[in-house]
Amino acid sequence: MKKTINISIGIIASLALISCFDSNRPNYQYMPNMYEPVGYETYGEYEVFPGDMEAMLPVEGSIPRGWKPYDYENTTEGLEKARAELKMPIEVTEENLARGGQLYTIYCAVCHGDKGDGQGILMQREKFLGIPSYADPGRNITEGSVYHVQMYGLNSMGSYASQTNELERWQITQHVMNLKAALKGEPGLLIDSTNVATDSIRTTLEEAEEMEQAVDNSEQETN
Amino acid sequence: MIKVKFRNLPSQLSLLLLALLLTFSITTYAQDEASAATEQPAATGVGDAAAGKTLFNANCAACHRLYKPATGPALFGVGDKYDREWLYSWIRNSQAMVKAGDPQAVAIFEENNQAVMTAFPALTDTDIDNILAYTYTEKPEVVDPCIANPELCEGETSTSGVSSEIILLVLALVFLMLVVMLYLVTKTLKRIAEANGVVYEKKEKRTPIWQAFIKNQFLVLVVSVFLLLSAGYFAYGWMMQVGMDQGYAPVQPIHYSHKIHAGDNEIDCNYCHSSARKSKHSGIPSLNVCMNCHKNISEYTGEEDIANGYTRDFYTAEIKKLYEAVGWDEASQSYTGETKPVKWVRIHNLPDFAYFNHSQHVTVAGIECQKCHGPVEEMEIMYQFSPLTMGWCINCHRETNVDLKGNDYYKKIHEELSKKYGVDQLTIAQMGGLECGKCHY
Repeated sequence: MKKTINISIGIIASLALISCFDSNRPNYQYMPNMYEPVGYETYGEYEVFPGDMEAMLPVEGSIPRGWKPYDYENTTEGLEKARAELKMPIEVTEENLARGGQLYTIYCAVCHGDKGDGQGILMQREKFLGIPSYADPGRNITEGSVYHVQMYGLNSMGSYASQTNELERWQITQHVMNLKAALKGEPGLLIDSTNVATDSIRTTLEEAEEMEQAVDNSEQETN
Repeated sequence: MIKVKFRNLPSQLSLLLLALLLTFSITTYAQDEASAATEQPAATGVGDAAAGKTLFNANCAACHRLYKPATGPALFGVGDKYDREWLYSWIRNSQAMVKAGDPQAVAIFEENNQAVMTAFPALTDTDIDNILAYTYTEKPEVVDPCIANPELCEGETSTSGVSSEIILLVLALVFLMLVVMLYLVTKTLKRIAEANGVVYEKKEKRTPIWQAFIKNQFLVLVVSVFLLLSAGYFAYGWMMQVGMDQGYAPVQPIHYSHKIHAGDNEIDCNYCHSSARKSKHSGIPSLNVCMNCHKNISEYTGEEDIANGYTRDFYTAEIKKLYEAVGWDEASQSYTGETKPVKWVRIHNLPDFAYFNHSQHVTVAGIECQKCHGPVEEMEIMYQFSPLTMGWCINCHRETNVDLKGNDYYKKIHEELSKKYGVDQLTIAQMGGLECGKCHY
């Protein structure tokens, strides 16, 4: 009799130990009032906000620091206008090209392929179909149209304006134009500092960096 | 006379084998027929549907599907709706026709929200015929994988979690019965022995073991020291896991599989968590980021995991949940404007008194996400891989050398500190990575 009691105590104890772990629930804490924030946390759920959501859209009409208005509309005419007249405001430098290449690998290469031939992994796995090559003559992409499409998206492609900032989009544009040139067998963009002297529209690299800095600051403030 | 057992065995066995053979050959035959039926296009007239499929996928499929609208209208049987010659010129340059004022062309243009169809001047008449032949392909019947391939399902169910649990339960019951039977048998045997006059020797009354134990003072000392030590060990282990969430895997409102997105489809972590590059938080992507791809991908067509209930229908239903939350109307391919917040459950959480910055680690240090978050690309359900304790942070800061490539600020400080510590490669700890104020302020 004693034995059975002992055994059953052992079984209950081991069951109690096992059942404590529930991967569905966070663990208990020492002094949770030091763990939990007093202020509103990012993505928190608080009753003061509409829909209990801390993550809200900025007030309509507000613009982040360092942001410049984009004058082309999200229409076919806007795209054609950008294709014809929008030019790159940043210089072609090795650094910009390298950053553009990295960002291209993150955001574009899944569909458009590492070489820009439209053979990305999502195309190969038939998740997306009919992704054109950058060298496709029917599309005739220019730096203006590449930027415009990143800004607003086109047909099946979505907008990348929420994932990249202005400078990053131009850096990606440089990489895309290089890929197009490579596909066509033409020489790519020239890394040439004399551009600045001849073309006053193009801002200097310093300004571009400042722009990035400002965007970064404003983003950190929001967090 | 010797009794021959299984006299009929050879004939019975061969019959059984034959039956088995026939069963399997019948299923394979049925499959062939089924696949042949789905491949075969309906009567089309002219054109090669197979060649058309290649052309369709390369040129049209970015905007058109056969059976449901995408960016452009569904194309199943489009050849019946319009004149062939008219289609040739529309496909080669639709905008010219709209501008010229062709009434049919203008009507289509207006119907589809004035979306401009890309011109395809390079397609010949035969190419277009082939594509049109392909558009007559009937929608394939949805085949239940279990009916098409019974062996697969049988194999999977026998290895699945539920049935193996049942097997274990049955085994446990069998063992329990054996134990009971053994007990009963010994009891009966004893009774028989007693009835037959076998007398068991009476055991001598010995000092009980616990009394002997208490008398041995040394043994008591050793055992109590051992007990105290092991109790201390377990108590320490238990207290150290308080406030630690390693392995935390909550159920999310939408079953998002990192395995499919980051593993099978090799999408970069930064694609969705784009703010990890430049902000403190590695943000949870807003739903517009999901819609970058899922505007197009409305159904799951990849591999299934039937054992765990992750069927194609299951995944497709999860995509529909996304559509509902973001307010996307599939039929009209437009946003309704009625959105609902998705209440994702946060997994990785640091206490309020600890500061951590993603951009510092991702952009400046160039650390792979997997170093802290584990093999996310293999996780069907996301869980916390690392303990995220202070000891864990400190360990990494002690072991990791600072990468100096292209960073002039660190270069200067590195030279000075290397001289001070007399080392070749500085760790983060040596650069002040262990100072309290770096993370707690």
